[in-house]
Amino acid sequence: MEYEEAKEKIVAGLSKKKSKTKFYFNDLAKILGEKPRAAKKFITQMVQEEILEYWSSGSTSLYGLKGVGKQAHAEHED
Amino acid sequence: MAKHETPLLDQLESGPWPSFVSDLKQEAEARAKNEKGIDYQIPVDVCDDLLGVLELSFKHGRTHWKHGGIVGVFGYGGGVIGRYCDQPQMFPGVAHFHTMRVNQPAGKFYTTEYLKQLCDLWDLRGSGLTNMHGSTGDIILLGTTTPQLEEIFFELTHNMNQDLGGSGSNLRTPSDCVGQARCEWSCYDTQALCHDLTVEYQDELHRPAFPYKFKFKFDGCPNCCVASIARADISFIGTWRDDIKIDQEAVAAYVGGEVPPNGGAHSGRDWGPFDIQKEVIGLCPTECMWLEGGKLMIDDRECTRCMHCISVMPRALRIGDDRGCSILVGAKAPILDGAQMGSLLVPFIKVEEPYDEIKEVIESIWDYWMEEGKNRERLGELMKRQGFQRLLEMTNIKAAPQHVQEPRHNPYIFWKEEEVEGGFGRDVDEFRKHHQR
Ligand code: SF4
Ligand code: SF4
Repeated sequence: MEYEEAKEKIVAGLSKKKSKTKFYFNDLAKILGEKPRAAKKFITQMVQEEILEYWSSGSTSLYGLKGVGKQAHAEHED
Repeated sequence: MAKHETPLLDQLESGPWPSFVSDLKQEAEARAKNEKGIDYQIPVDVCDDLLGVLELSFKHGRTHWKHGGIVGVFGYGGGVIGRYCDQPQMFPGVAHFHTMRVNQPAGKFYTTEYLKQLCDLWDLRGSGLTNMHGSTGDIILLGTTTPQLEEIFFELTHNMNQDLGGSGSNLRTPSDCVGQARCEWSCYDTQALCHDLTVEYQDELHRPAFPYKFKFKFDGCPNCCVASIARADISFIGTWRDDIKIDQEAVAAYVGGEVPPNGGAHSGRDWGPFDIQKEVIGLCPTECMWLEGGKLMIDDRECTRCMHCISVMPRALRIGDDRGCSILVGAKAPILDGAQMGSLLVPFIKVEEPYDEIKEVIESIWDYWMEEGKNRERLGELMKRQGFQRLLEMTNIKAAPQHVQEPRHNPYIFWKEEEVEGGFGRDVDEFRKHHQR
């Protein structure tokens, strides 16, 4: 898969889910239909390009589209 | 004068032990006085407000921290843990109170110059409060605001040759015992291996793609000073294959009371004369030691290298010369499923640069866990769910007697077709030659 295709899939996949704004890495890998290692390359690049952002509770990490979700507003980080 | 009344916290100072409450108050006072004339970059009363919010939490019996956050430094998915207070009007000093994890040096060796630099940085850009060290091993810098994060990161990486540690679903900062730098029992160079793997797995440390946290810990011998067997998803525990070296003269010196046992520890009380039978031989877990004509004998084939006898009589007994480590997997704290100790996966492996064999084991475990692990499932839980046999298959390690934990309690053996010669198919005509319908 090419990066552009992966990007489209992720953005479309995550935008579709209205009620959820944070996703596990595995959810993203599933959307891509790739093995974890291959998926990671795409996902890392999407973070670099600020399409995705990390969210962390300290013990677990999640991913979301940048600026989307309640927390971004509540914490004045958008 | 304290900013907030804290009667409940004050009570914690009344016990016999040093209290973190006193430390917080001391730091709050020092910041208020600011004798060094520091140009504080976060609220000067951060420590006062921390005491205030803690007191309120005690009173309410619930936390006033929100859960997690999106903060971090650019490109890193770990090392910063976002913390926000849910009462920012009452406690503006801790409206943001993010934690930063800093990758401690292997073996936790510091120069005073480095520590001063770190404290100066944290006084200027953080609360001044640290936790040396957190349970994962990192230097924990407690409490700063979002705008400070990149500044601190720049300073750490550019001027202090220092990286952030792991958090979230990352490889956590690997941590090791002091090893051969100071300890004669270290069966391999823990610092070298810890450092090498930290550098090798930078991507895993900083960019989360695991189902959950993952920890490496390195102990030079089974005394397990960093408790790897109880806490690490992969524990590297030093061991040896040949015999314990015995100096019979020194054994006699211990028996004769010339040398204090345990290197002189526990000497605050009179335990009576040293009794080798009771304190060493009788406590050997595999009962493989005995005295013969005043000489100490060990059946090394039975010895599990538990370190007990060596720790009691360090001058008489020494670790063997054919050294390496055992690899155990799946230890964890009791979050979901009860605490679990590590299970032995590789009984013995040489620890030699460039550690290719060790990396092979690690990467095969990751491939397995990343594909099959459920979200927030530790390796130990996956092993329990799918069985140890599955782990052996995925890591391509052959079952060995050392893998057996107890005699089996299930009389049935489950064969897979590929394990049976000729498979499950049969020649019916051949069968009918011997058996009627
Ligand atoms: S774990 Fe063993 S080798 Fe490491 S410091 Fe402790 S006693 Fe020494
Ligand atoms: S190391 Fe432990 S098992 Fe081995 S001989 Fe000493 S006490 Fe026994």
